Amino acid sequence: MSMTPSAHQTMLDQARWRWSESLFWLLSLAVLFVFPSKALLFSQIAIMGLFALSLDLILGYGGIVSLGHAAFFGLGAYAAGLMAKHGLGDPLLGLAVAACVAAIIGWLTSFLLLRGSDLTRLMVTLGIALMLFELANRMASITGGADGLQGMMVGPVLGLFSFDLFGKTAYLYALSVLFVLFLLARKIVHSTFGLSLRAVKGNALRAGAIGISASSRLVAIYTLSAAFAGIAGALSAQTTQLVSLDVLDFHRSADVMLVLVIGGVGWLYGGIIGAIMFTLMQDWLAGITPQYWEFWIGLVLVCLVLVGHDRIKIAIQSIGTRLSGKGGAA
Amino acid sequence: MLTILFDGIAYGMLLFVLACGLSVTMGLMNFINLSHGVFSMAGGYITAFLINRWGVPFLLCLPLAFLFSAALGMLLERTLYRRLYARSHLDQVLFTIGIVFMSVAAVDYVIGSQQQTVKLPDMLKGRIDILGGSIGLYRVFIIALCGCLAVTIQTLLVKTRFGSQLRAAVDDPRVARGMGINVNTVFAITFAVGSGLAGLGGALGTDILGMDPTFPIKFMIYFLIVVTVGGTSGIMGAFFASLILGIADVGGKYYVPQIGAFIIYALMVVVLIIRPQGLFTRSRGK
Amino acid sequence: MSIALATHDLVKNFGGLRATDHVSLTVHTGARHALIGPNGAGKTTLINLLTGVLTPSQGSITLEGETITRLSQHARVRRGLVRTFQINQLFADMSPLQSLCLAVSERHQQGRDWWRVAGADKEHVDEAADILARFGLRDVMTQQTRFLPYGKQRLLEIALAIACKPRVLLLDEPAAGVPEEERHEIIDILADLPKDVTVVLIEHDMDLVFSFADRISVLVNGALLTEGGVDEIARDPQVRAVYLGESGHD
Repeated sequence: MSMTPSAHQTMLDQARWRWSESLFWLLSLAVLFVFPSKALLFSQIAIMGLFALSLDLILGYGGIVSLGHAAFFGLGAYAAGLMAKHGLGDPLLGLAVAACVAAIIGWLTSFLLLRGSDLTRLMVTLGIALMLFELANRMASITGGADGLQGMMVGPVLGLFSFDLFGKTAYLYALSVLFVLFLLARKIVHSTFGLSLRAVKGNALRAGAIGISASSRLVAIYTLSAAFAGIAGALSAQTTQLVSLDVLDFHRSADVMLVLVIGGVGWLYGGIIGAIMFTLMQDWLAGITPQYWEFWIGLVLVCLVLVGHDRIKIAIQSIGTRLSGKGGAA
Repeated sequence: MLTILFDGIAYGMLLFVLACGLSVTMGLMNFINLSHGVFSMAGGYITAFLINRWGVPFLLCLPLAFLFSAALGMLLERTLYRRLYARSHLDQVLFTIGIVFMSVAAVDYVIGSQQQTVKLPDMLKGRIDILGGSIGLYRVFIIALCGCLAVTIQTLLVKTRFGSQLRAAVDDPRVARGMGINVNTVFAITFAVGSGLAGLGGALGTDILGMDPTFPIKFMIYFLIVVTVGGTSGIMGAFFASLILGIADVGGKYYVPQIGAFIIYALMVVVLIIRPQGLFTRSRGK
Repeated sequence: MSIALATHDLVKNFGGLRATDHVSLTVHTGARHALIGPNGAGKTTLINLLTGVLTPSQGSITLEGETITRLSQHARVRRGLVRTFQINQLFADMSPLQSLCLAVSERHQQGRDWWRVAGADKEHVDEAADILARFGLRDVMTQQTRFLPYGKQRLLEIALAIACKPRVLLLDEPAAGVPEEERHEIIDILADLPKDVTVVLIEHDMDLVFSFADRISVLVNGALLTEGGVDEIARDPQVRAVYLGESGHD
């Protein structure tokens, strides 16, 4: 039995925090002081990163292809926006309510995704997002319809830090929320529950045959993912003081999928790195051809699929590994 | 009342022609294709171009739209889509969304974002009274034409040698190859015909549905509903699904305009919850 | 002798096809019970019915006296009814160690633990490592399963089932596709299974069946043709006609 501790150690090592990860987060904080004028762009990246991270929980870890993830982003954005409009402007309270609203709808709709093929799931997620879009569109008296929600008043974070014009508070706020939720997600994907999700995704037939009830795991991760997406939406509403129908648009569901795929599916840093690349690309292209930006998104998607979208992930992971000296990446 | 029913049927028939190609490639070949509307758009635009620039008669434009979209479909299938048949559903979704975004932006850039219009021939204008309801002649024309097409397609699929080759190729490509069926060609032809029909539907629908660069996105959900609700039983499922969808959509927008498109999305989700494989499924044995 | 697993008048129809035809099967505790039959006899359907992948059109199934006909797949596993697959069903991008740890944790109802890192329970990891050692998979336990040689994968297929601590183990052609020179590894493993574990073996290889089983049921066209001891079945002219005569062809 002299070998046994190493088996135990091997299991524990897989979740070890690498110092390339510390470097990543320190850098993401440092950029604010190097490029203070870009703070608004950075907070946009952090929010997009969180949204993509939430999609990764269901797509990369749960294996559910969703074409309607904007539903939860939009729910969170409207929840936080409406609260801020009606005098409940505390940001953290807004996040909490947004997370709850999105989680409840996520939990309710998750049961619709348990049966059926990829195509059925695709349609159900898309259908739910479209229904919410229609609903928000028709209830213009509450949501402001196509004009957007007017008159949001967002209070200072923790009662101390007010949002400034340059987006410095916005970025620090968004980055902190992203970091905390990232740690939570990291904890979860490295747990036994996370391992069981990988098993369900990898081979649902066998997962059932070793006693895993796939349904309950998928319901749990879908609900969590919805809550994360709701928080991302709330962050977006609070930092931009703007909520319009755009938050529920099909485009947003497609964009977040692209973001995740650029950075790498099934890898927690994938969503964040994808968000960095996507937003910088968008910022750069918007300077050249603002109107036809869509074309370039499409081209990137097509090329990524033809080339194989795992390549970027493998390249970045190998850099991370080299920096850390040994072992795989998180 | 009757007018609405009739409009709904015409709309449904149109949806059928637009989507039936997809119900074969997606429903039977299990290839998730969100870019089907691109071929309809191609058909609609080529028709508008031919009529408005060169004064080609409308009725002649219809077969031309079919051929144009079919050629485009064949070209893209040979060069791009065929690589994706064996890939994951996620890859198929990403790739075809990419195609949609590119074509939407490209058409916007080259032609502009305005609505395209086609001038219908005089003999298709006007209305006739049937059973106390007043019905547009053009809708009668659509119902007749699309009805004939539905019968033709069904006959082709069920009765001809090509139809049985297609079914064999879909059921098990390896076995089909072993039986000497050229699976690649069968798929390419199927894809081309499906795209052609989408183009024909686009040409017919320009006047009713409207035609602008966002067409592939706007109607994507309708096509997907037809396919998923129709199920995998072949095109008859898609036919009934189209009719139901057409009537529900037209009726819903007329009687309860305040909830708009909500009704069809809800209908779809409910159907998929009750019958995840669609309304009309052929029961697969083991 | 007590009864471990039994079916009563089990029927499964697919459309017009009857894949399982009034099967009443009794497996005694601790038995080495082989289920044989020509291709298309309905062996796979029967195993899917037993494990809950399919629900029967008619009839019932009992596990140690408890009716399990309507229970889900995972609920049956928790009651000790575990299977292996004819075609490897493994977690391709996990390591054997991870796969086994997961199976062990699931058995201890720790599968929903979302806070502690996987493998935090040392006893569970040790148990997984022990099983891996027994199956000769110790050296490859950290490799990705997809890169393991086929013979090792086949062993892992059985190891995963053992990690669920079966009381009744259904082995679906455990030696399928394993080359002759590696077969003994599988046979040794099967011979070493604890005597109190009931084993139902579905197998094509008659040598394996006759050396391993103490009782044989023959399935033809979805129905039970006959059942008996090894010698009895080997001599049965009916069995020779429908099965042994045909086995030369596939």
